[in-house]
Amino acid sequence: MRTILYLIRKEFIQIFRNKFISKAIFAVPIVQMLILVPAVTFELKNIKIAIIDKDKTPESRGLINKLGGSTFFKLSFSPFSEDQANDLLHRNKCSVILQIPSGFGKDIGNGKQGKLLAAIDAVNASSAEISWAYLNGVIGDYNTDLVKQNITTSPLISSPRIEITNRYWYNELLNYKYYMLPGILVILVTAIGFLLAGLNMVREKEIGTIEQINVTPVKKYHFIIAKMVPFLLIGLTDLALGLVIGKIAFNIPFEGSIFLMFLGSTIFLIAVLGMALFISTFSGTQQQYMFVAFFCMIIFILMSGIFTPYESMPMWAQDFNLINPVAYLMRINRMVILKGSTIHDISKELYSLIVIAIGFTTLAVRRYRKTA
Amino acid sequence: MALLNRGCRERLFLPPVKNNHMIKVIESSGIAKSFGSTMALDDISFFVNESEIFGFIGPDGAGKTTLFRIITTLLLPDKGNMKVLGMDATSDYKQLRKNIGYMPGRFSLYQDLSVEENLNFYATVFGTTVEENYELIANIYSHIEPFKKRLAGKLSGGMKQKLALSCALIHKPRLLVLDEPTTGVDAVSRSEFWDMLSKLRQYNISIIVSTPYMDEAIRCDRVALIQNGKILSIDTPQKIRAGFSRKLFTVKSVEKYKLIKTLRKNPEVLTSYPFGDSIHVTLFNDSSDNSLFEYLVREGINDAVIQETEAGIEDRFLELMEKGVTA
Repeated sequence: MRTILYLIRKEFIQIFRNKFISKAIFAVPIVQMLILVPAVTFELKNIKIAIIDKDKTPESRGLINKLGGSTFFKLSFSPFSEDQANDLLHRNKCSVILQIPSGFGKDIGNGKQGKLLAAIDAVNASSAEISWAYLNGVIGDYNTDLVKQNITTSPLISSPRIEITNRYWYNELLNYKYYMLPGILVILVTAIGFLLAGLNMVREKEIGTIEQINVTPVKKYHFIIAKMVPFLLIGLTDLALGLVIGKIAFNIPFEGSIFLMFLGSTIFLIAVLGMALFISTFSGTQQQYMFVAFFCMIIFILMSGIFTPYESMPMWAQDFNLINPVAYLMRINRMVILKGSTIHDISKELYSLIVIAIGFTTLAVRRYRKTA
Repeated sequence: MALLNRGCRERLFLPPVKNNHMIKVIESSGIAKSFGSTMALDDISFFVNESEIFGFIGPDGAGKTTLFRIITTLLLPDKGNMKVLGMDATSDYKQLRKNIGYMPGRFSLYQDLSVEENLNFYATVFGTTVEENYELIANIYSHIEPFKKRLAGKLSGGMKQKLALSCALIHKPRLLVLDEPTTGVDAVSRSEFWDMLSKLRQYNISIIVSTPYMDEAIRCDRVALIQNGKILSIDTPQKIRAGFSRKLFTVKSVEKYKLIKTLRKNPEVLTSYPFGDSIHVTLFNDSSDNSLFEYLVREGINDAVIQETEAGIEDRFLELMEKGVTA
């Protein structure tokens, strides 16, 4: 025990003696939170729309006003021909074209169906879908207005309608920052766990100090634990720092228990540190380690469900996520912060993380050789 | 029981010798190790007596570091048996590590820890304290103690070496393994270093040390000449020197380059190696040094001075290499 404590002390002395790392440890969470949380958003505002109005009736102008008045769309152009509009789309000047054919107003006036044609730039599929949904919504509103007008003018004609009222739970205003912040916290903790400890270990190999350690009676698990503990503590400190920034800068609602979130992150960090140290036993140089660790980290983060819903991934990807610690913490953080989930709600995630943590730490200890 | 056994063995098999020099701290038999197709060590057998300073002399790439890594349990041999302090280096490595002090060829202490922190660290890791064994290192550590707050990476070469030795000694090992401790250290520090090693004898610490410097061999009790993974000869430095089989001459001239070229053209000359400002020459016929002088004059070197000299270890080593003799 005395040996472990002394080894840990040594790591801390070295970390805080390194002028760059000791500052970066605290600068990284601040920068990451302040930049990434507001920057990474799927909210679409001011979608540039070009409208070809071939109708030019009060009805078509009403529709155009409705679109221009919403915060989603920005009426950028009013081309006269389809060719002109396509050219605008091609040159990225607009991302949606709406064509109002002549006779639109007349058809509506006659109680017939009015027809519209929309073309949407789908290079980014998800923003195309969102644009389409917004467009549909605005046109639907306009449709309802028309129906209401008809009802008032001729009360005899009425049609049965279903009206839905919805409410968004856990994030009522669909504030994207609330969704992203717990995820960014996960990325923060992942980076600390994955990069620092592994690099530290490989550095000892590179400069040869491990040679001197290996001839001592220091036990393998002593050494591995001493490499984990300092970075575990640093990771949790950064998490706390990130949460404070989230509260102050973005006023994020914190529904669940902070303790639960730290519990999840602690187990997660042990898992990630175990993986990192396991990889480090294969690497002879910091360059080799960096390459492999970065590759793993990117895969884990992109597959974790930070941007895309976990459930919509193909089956094999969901299977892969069984060993992806980032995916578990992503769910834990979001559930605890936004939903206020309790330990029972996240027990499956916690158990899975414990299994991964034990598995990889054991592998790291076993793979670490004191003899060649 | 073990003690009794050893006592019996000594009485039965070994001739009665007055001191404890017959206890062997290292017994190596038939050690071989290869890396891919390179044979790093080939059939290495030797023993080291207790309290002995045993030197391995050989050029870079001879296999010294590989051998030392096997002795210190860091590397497993492909073949052979390595007994260190009576324990098997392969199976008893845990026990062995507590009793060995290893100083690798490359400075391997933490450069970002201070002198004091390094020393405390290694003491703790071996489950002891600096105070407990301070006596052992006092003589060495006192040189660097004034700089104990300085980071190890900021020390000079000689001071680094003293710190490394202190750290290797702090747990009072029974065997000290020093891999090229004097490489890259100035001549004065080298000499000081060997004085320190000699003083360690009183603590019953056996030392094996490797060096590429032939002149250091004389400071060892016994040396092994090693080349291409094979031991060429093992003996006391004096006997190794005495093993030189011919008369040795030093030849000096102002035009050194021309001299050696001319010497190598002469069929009478067996070997000619540059040694500092002179050339060491052996002849096929030991008595033909006069004719050599005449030959040089004929070739246009008039200022040549030829003297017979006593062979050093290096001469013997070169001779052994030339003959390809194995021990």
